[in-house]
Amino acid sequence: MKRSVTIIRTGPQALIEDLGRPGNAHLGVPPSGALDQHSLKLANRLVGNPEGAAGLELLLGGLALQAHASCTVAVTGPTTEVRVGGRLADSHQPIHLRQDEVLEIGTPLTGLRNYLALSGGIEVDEELGSRSTDLLSGIGPEPLRDNDVLHLGTPNLPEGADVVTPHHALQTLVIPILLGPRDDWFDDAETQLRQGSWTVSDRSNRVGARLSGTRLNRRDGEIPSEGMITGAVQVPPDGQPVIFLNDHPTTGGYPVIGVVDNDHLRFLGQARPGTEVRFRPVG
Amino acid sequence: MLLRRCGTDALLVEVDSLSEVAAVRAALEQLDGIEELVPAARTVLVKGALNQVRDALKAVDLTKAPTTHSREVTIPVVYDGPDLALVAETAGITPDEVVRLHTTATYEVAFCGFAPGFGYLTGLPEALQQPRLDSPRTKVPQGSVGIAGEFTAAYPRPTPGGWRLIGRTEITLFDARAETPALLQPGDQVRFVVA
Repeated sequence: MKRSVTIIRTGPQALIEDLGRPGNAHLGVPPSGALDQHSLKLANRLVGNPEGAAGLELLLGGLALQAHASCTVAVTGPTTEVRVGGRLADSHQPIHLRQDEVLEIGTPLTGLRNYLALSGGIEVDEELGSRSTDLLSGIGPEPLRDNDVLHLGTPNLPEGADVVTPHHALQTLVIPILLGPRDDWFDDAETQLRQGSWTVSDRSNRVGARLSGTRLNRRDGEIPSEGMITGAVQVPPDGQPVIFLNDHPTTGGYPVIGVVDNDHLRFLGQARPGTEVRFRPVG
Repeated sequence: MLLRRCGTDALLVEVDSLSEVAAVRAALEQLDGIEELVPAARTVLVKGALNQVRDALKAVDLTKAPTTHSREVTIPVVYDGPDLALVAETAGITPDEVVRLHTTATYEVAFCGFAPGFGYLTGLPEALQQPRLDSPRTKVPQGSVGIAGEFTAAYPRPTPGGWRLIGRTEITLFDARAETPALLQPGDQVRFVVA
C-alpha cells in the first residue's frame, strides 16, 4: 500500500510545487514552481529527498495533516510554530511522524510562504515534466482542499547534516536590477529607479509582485507582445511596476524597465503586503 | 537587428518583421544550452548560452526565411462561427468564399503566447486581415477559430477574446499530460480543412 497523508485543513492556500517546468515558454507555458526555491530545496534535503521533489507551498502556513504511515517531514521558510500530536516541534529540522500522528503548522510571524517536504516526495502525475500547480494557466494539480489524500513516493535516508538558515523576512527590500530591455521607454530610467520607493501591494500573487508608490514616467503606447522572463519589471501605463514571479505570462506588451537579480526573487516571494521595496540599478 | 539586455542570462533580439523573427529563431534553435527561446511579433527572447547566441546572430541571414518545417499540422474546422457573416461583409465576399480563402492558404506558427498552446498563425489571405471586435467577448469557447489583424488562431481553452470567430475545431490543441502537449509549435506549417 502507498504511504499517504490526509490534509485536515489547508490553511489560506496550499499548493503542490517542485522546481517548475522552465523551457516551455515558446508554447505559452509559464515556468511555475516554488517561489522560494531555496526553502523548498532545504526542506527536501532535510527529509532525504532530491532537491526537486514535490512538496507543499503554504501561504501563511496554517496547514494540518495526518500521516497514515511513518514519515519524515520538514518545515522551512519563515520561522513558524510546528506541533506534532499537540507537542511543540522545530521548524528547519527533520521531524518524524508516526502512523496516525497529526502535524500542525502555525502562521509565521513574518514572511509569506512556508514549505513542507515529506519523505519520498508527493506523488502526482507530472505535466510537462513538473508536478507544480500553475495558478495562471491551470496546469498541474488543483490547489489542495481539506480532506485531500496525498500519496508519497519511496523515501531515502537523509544524507549528513545541513546548514540550516531560517528565512529572515526583511522590513525593507533593496533589490539589484539590471536595466533593459526597454529602459529607453523611460526618461533616465536609472535615476527614476534609484530615487523611487514602493511598497508590496496586497494584489500581489504567484504571477507577480505588484508594487505601489513612485510613478515611473514612461512613453505612451504599447509594444507588440514580446517574451517575458521571471524577474522582469513591467511598467503598465499607470507607472506602477509589476515584478514577474514564477506563474507569469510568457509574453506581454508593456515595457520592461529592468530585470531583477535572480537570487533576490525568493525575497519577493516572501514579502508581505506593505513591505518597502527599493531598487538598486547595477551594471 | 538590435540586441537588448534582459537580465544577466537572457537577450531580447529585436528585428523588423515576422520573417526576420523566423530567421532568428531558426538560427538559434539548433544551439546547445538554450534554456528558453521565445519568438514573438518583432522579437526573439533567448535565455542561456549567450556567447554562442551572439556568434550565431553575427552569421544569421535575416532575408532567408527557414525553408524546412519541423512538422505539418492539419486542423479540421466547422465553419459556423458567430462572426462569419461580419467577416464576409467586411471583405465584400460571401461566407463560402471566406471558407474557401481560409482553407486554401498555408499558414506558419509565428509564435505562441496568451495561453498555453495558443499559436499565432501567419499567412492569412489579405481579404481576411481584419480588426478585432470593438468589444471583446468575456468567454470564447474552446476550439473557436478566429482571425485578428494578420493572424489566425484556434483557442486551446475557453478564455476572454476579441478575435472575429469564423468556426470551431474539435481537435485537442493543448493537453499538459500528453507526450507532445501543444499541437502547434513555432515554425510548424498549418492548414485548415472543412470538417
